[in-house]
Amino acid sequence: MRVFLAEVIGWLQFVYQTICLALGQIWANKMRSFLTMLGIIIGVGSVTAVIAALSGLRAKILTQVQTLGTNTIFIWPNRPTTGPKANASWWDIRFKPEDFDDLLTYCPSVLRFGRTSGLGRFTISYRDKSVERVEVSGTEPAVHQIQHRTVSLGRLISEMDEFQARQVCLIDPTLRDKLLLDKECIGQTILIGYHPFVIIGLLEPRPRSIFSGGESENLEVFIPFRTSFRINRDPWIMAIAESRSPQQNEEAVAELRCFFRRTRRVGPGEPDTFNVQSLENELRTFDKIALVVTAVAGGIVGVSLLVGGVGIMNIMLVSVSERTREIGLRKAVGARRVAILAQFLIEALVLCLLGGLLGVGLGQLLTWGIANIPKAELDMAYIPWQAIALAFLFSGAVGIFFGMFPAIKAARLDPIEALRHE
Amino acid sequence: MPTQDSHLGVPCDDVVIRLEGITRIYKVGVESIRALDGIDLEIRKNEYVAIMGQSGSGKSTLMNILGCLDRASSGRYLLCGQDTTKMSDAQLARIRNKQIGFVFQSFELLGQLNALKNVELPLIYSGNGWLSRRALAREALARVGLADRVRHKPNQLSGGEKQRVAIARALINKPSILLADEPTGNLDSHTSEEIMALFDRLHQEGQTIIMVTHETDIANHSHRIIRMLDGRIISDTAMPRPANKEVPR
Repeated sequence: MRVFLAEVIGWLQFVYQTICLALGQIWANKMRSFLTMLGIIIGVGSVTAVIAALSGLRAKILTQVQTLGTNTIFIWPNRPTTGPKANASWWDIRFKPEDFDDLLTYCPSVLRFGRTSGLGRFTISYRDKSVERVEVSGTEPAVHQIQHRTVSLGRLISEMDEFQARQVCLIDPTLRDKLLLDKECIGQTILIGYHPFVIIGLLEPRPRSIFSGGESENLEVFIPFRTSFRINRDPWIMAIAESRSPQQNEEAVAELRCFFRRTRRVGPGEPDTFNVQSLENELRTFDKIALVVTAVAGGIVGVSLLVGGVGIMNIMLVSVSERTREIGLRKAVGARRVAILAQFLIEALVLCLLGGLLGVGLGQLLTWGIANIPKAELDMAYIPWQAIALAFLFSGAVGIFFGMFPAIKAARLDPIEALRHE
Repeated sequence: MPTQDSHLGVPCDDVVIRLEGITRIYKVGVESIRALDGIDLEIRKNEYVAIMGQSGSGKSTLMNILGCLDRASSGRYLLCGQDTTKMSDAQLARIRNKQIGFVFQSFELLGQLNALKNVELPLIYSGNGWLSRRALAREALARVGLADRVRHKPNQLSGGEKQRVAIARALINKPSILLADEPTGNLDSHTSEEIMALFDRLHQEGQTIIMVTHETDIANHSHRIIRMLDGRIISDTAMPRPANKEVPR
């Protein structure tokens, strides 16, 4: 046991020394080592950056899915690209309010739903101050409930507002400030177009969503759904539904599709004239795409690691032939073949792992870079630890694989020949 | 013989080296060259032997075989009573590490390592711990008079100093034999004398020394001169003991 332990400690010492020696060797040939590692650095760096971007995007989507609710389902009209309705006008494609009649009866997996109406852009004014081209939409109370919207002041649109089609509205603090309204603006009247509306609530601003897309400054004005028909007789209607539980999402989506195909008279075999999409579904689609992108990136990194590995092998062969006398001497003073083999293998390994380390560093820099691209939705980009572990694992494997041949060559050198080498 | 390893490090009693009918045949294409042709030789403890001969006489081949760097084609080589001809490569490496100290004509120091690390090198392969290596290497360097050059790299040392570092390295594992291949070949005459004085002192301290040289005045330091020609020993003469030389420092 003690002999065995001494052997192990001896080997550890040897490995430690060899690592120091290898680092010394790499430092002594800084330029050469760096150029050799470049293949691995670039390979590892680019793939970690790609993975970081994907992870960031996924994290972003996930947080938004969670804030919007995991059992949320979006419904919006969509013109098919094939079938008899491919050339139909948007007028025919759009939803009509009566399309939703009896929805809950036919879709048992749907807990509740709410319609929104896009009314277009209006000039909003208060006294002599006005803001142009503000998007105004009508919403049923359920919409804000499903989306967990809250107000910082006042209240949300109520069933009574909706039922009576009151001239009331919700605005956000940005619009309030632009109109120079009081901080406590509840009860004040603003004009949407030429229609007077009483402010009933100040919306809690919501972080910009990937799904809402577009403009960084989106002013929000909501009025009751029914009221919206007074302003615009034919608004652009969409809906948001909530399934009874996240597990019932798929069922709910299927029921909704079936329901709308019937009410909208989509013939058998014809494509849908609308889209029903659950957020979870969206996430799954993203995961599928991410997998493909990761596989492609993995392939690229595989090739670049291969090229890098050949570079490592080349430089190790050069190193072996440059240090032939050293190998001869080491053998003369008692180095066994294994010791020489280990020395060169560890050197290749250290070279590769150093390349991997610098590569991860480069990946981190790239990640910071892409996280700061404005409007790219990549601000949550991060390198998952698995990617780092994998990068090291692969560069280590490359080091051993491509270092093996030069190391064997070194170990097999005849000491007499080696000492005679010029 | 599995017990051979256990003999390592045991001081040799009397006969350090015994060669029995050693031949070494190189095959070059279809031709075979007899570099060594039936060498019988016995070297006792604390002998001081010089091997002389022209180039091609086989003295280098003999040195390689004595140093366990090469294997004889036939014959038996007993080092401290152990038959090296039957040993594995790993066992021979261990013999080279523990029993044999090499001194080369061109020093063979590793340029990126300082004197201390160079001297430590054989200890790395004998599995000594860090502290004992340090201590032993310092001791060995002090023994060759380089206690103040420990941190110097080879390119900061003179030729004579480099060879002393190499000698310290050869001595560090307290080898049974010190093999020197033209140890003064790359040195000027003054430095050569210094190095030879060091060899003389090591001999007086009990070290068995075998060196290859073609310079007569270097060979005259030894107490026994073996001359070789065409792979055979043509003469083996004991030298009259020279008057005690002054030991430097």
